[in-house]
Amino acid sequence: MTDTDAGARIAAEFPDVVVTPGGSALTITVPVSQWLAFAQFAKGALACRWFSFLSAVDWKDEGLEVIAWVENTDEHFNLLLKTKLGPGQTACPSLVSVYRGANWMERECFDMFGVVFDGHPDLRRMLLPDDWVGHPLLKSYAVDTPYPPYR
Amino acid sequence: MTVPDTMMPETPARAVRTLDYTGSERLTMNMGPQHPSAHGVFRAILELEGERVVGVDAVIGYLHRCHEKLAENLTYVQYPSIASKTDYVAAMTSELAYVMATEGLAKIEVPKRAQYLRVLVAELQRIASHCLWLGTWCMDMGGALGGGATVFLYCIRERELVLDLFESLTGARLLYGFHQIGGVRYDVPDGWSAQCRQTVDLIEQRLVEYEGLLVENAFFQMRTKGVGVISRELAEDVGLSGPLLRGSGVAYDLRRAHPYSSYEDFQFDIPVQPAGDCYARYEVRMVEFRQSIRIIRQILDGLPEGPISSRPGVKSVAQVRVPKGEIYTRVEGPRGEVGCYLIGEGGPKPYRMKWRGASFSNLAVLPHIIPGHSVADVVAIMGSVDPVFGEVDR
Repeated sequence: MTDTDAGARIAAEFPDVVVTPGGSALTITVPVSQWLAFAQFAKGALACRWFSFLSAVDWKDEGLEVIAWVENTDEHFNLLLKTKLGPGQTACPSLVSVYRGANWMERECFDMFGVVFDGHPDLRRMLLPDDWVGHPLLKSYAVDTPYPPYR
Repeated sequence: MTVPDTMMPETPARAVRTLDYTGSERLTMNMGPQHPSAHGVFRAILELEGERVVGVDAVIGYLHRCHEKLAENLTYVQYPSIASKTDYVAAMTSELAYVMATEGLAKIEVPKRAQYLRVLVAELQRIASHCLWLGTWCMDMGGALGGGATVFLYCIRERELVLDLFESLTGARLLYGFHQIGGVRYDVPDGWSAQCRQTVDLIEQRLVEYEGLLVENAFFQMRTKGVGVISRELAEDVGLSGPLLRGSGVAYDLRRAHPYSSYEDFQFDIPVQPAGDCYARYEVRMVEFRQSIRIIRQILDGLPEGPISSRPGVKSVAQVRVPKGEIYTRVEGPRGEVGCYLIGEGGPKPYRMKWRGASFSNLAVLPHIIPGHSVADVVAIMGSVDPVFGEVDR
């Protein structure tokens, strides 16, 4: 499947989705309400069964953007999925029901950005201690923020 | 005599968890975070029924340094030497992922000789890393494998030879700073190629010795065959990469699927084993040793002449400015896909960097495969996953 074929299929199925070709993958910008449905489509219809990573970007005033990379390993065809949560919003549907690899990735994303994944079976901090205050990868979190006191 | 209340405050009764006696007795066992078989700081909270594991909770993050925040606060020239501290057992490949991302965004050309040298060190690094994996894994599995530390000492002996090569090339044995934006920092010194050839010849012979110790060994087979089976479907779903993915029957190797740094110029095979157990992963890595040697010989035979960097003599840390844009580059490290997602904003520092550590995704499969195995198998499975915790925790 070429990027053009995939772009056409996506446009037919999801009219609200913005497809940007070029770069290292086909970039798909999905409304947050269709995030889970699109992931199911990518895994099923486009056979992107290999889940690489999920993370987020803090665009300051424009809010958080969740990104994920999935791949069709048979045809070497990649999708970079993006969804904007909106200014001040932290809610995002969880992909764990589609890709099991999203479990730890979403926990890390919650840990670092405070994105709350609805439907995640076990949303805890992944890398930082449970009593950590704040989410370090937010742009508002200064790099010299003092440690909370040791216990 | 009674002690005054002020001196001895009443301690609240500690909550005692009632054990579930419906089946058999359940026991919660803590393994780590300083367990020698974990190869780093990893804590597994195992729920046991007798010797059998029925539940596992993995706790990671002990080595977390927030590399992604560090990268936002360091320039493109400063960060590569820190990138090597993610996967410190394979520093050459982790540096390469970051440097390639910067070059891709800034559209910086890399001379052919530098590309070949990058492949050369990446393959040597794969050999060194696999040596460490094989040695420590066999030591974890204990005395039955030819006397405990035997394979470990043999493998470390060979790994030292590769590190000697790196030392004469870069001056360092673990964290190299070899890659720089636009090329590599050092050219091969006189006599290095001959030494490299001798080393890979020797390692190729020694691989036969390792296999003699292991393949026919009944204990080794018992500990690895049918243990820790990862199905193809699970492997893809969790996002495994490297030898774990190929040990589960997926013929996927970035060097072939998305060639970078002139990998398309070399002939090599990609080993695939469908079984998905620890033994399949062992077989895949043993073939990778030999394929790396094959690539190294091809490079030494045909190393092109020319400059080793398109930006020689870059000294200032702020000299590389990268236009606005985003890129995801990945390299096939010894443990799998090491990826770097980079967003540039036109200045000397990136806006955002996401590091995809191969070990993080590989380790995420443990809660899916450990239940049902005995505690001793947990050790064998951990070793076959070959995690490096600098990369898991980043």
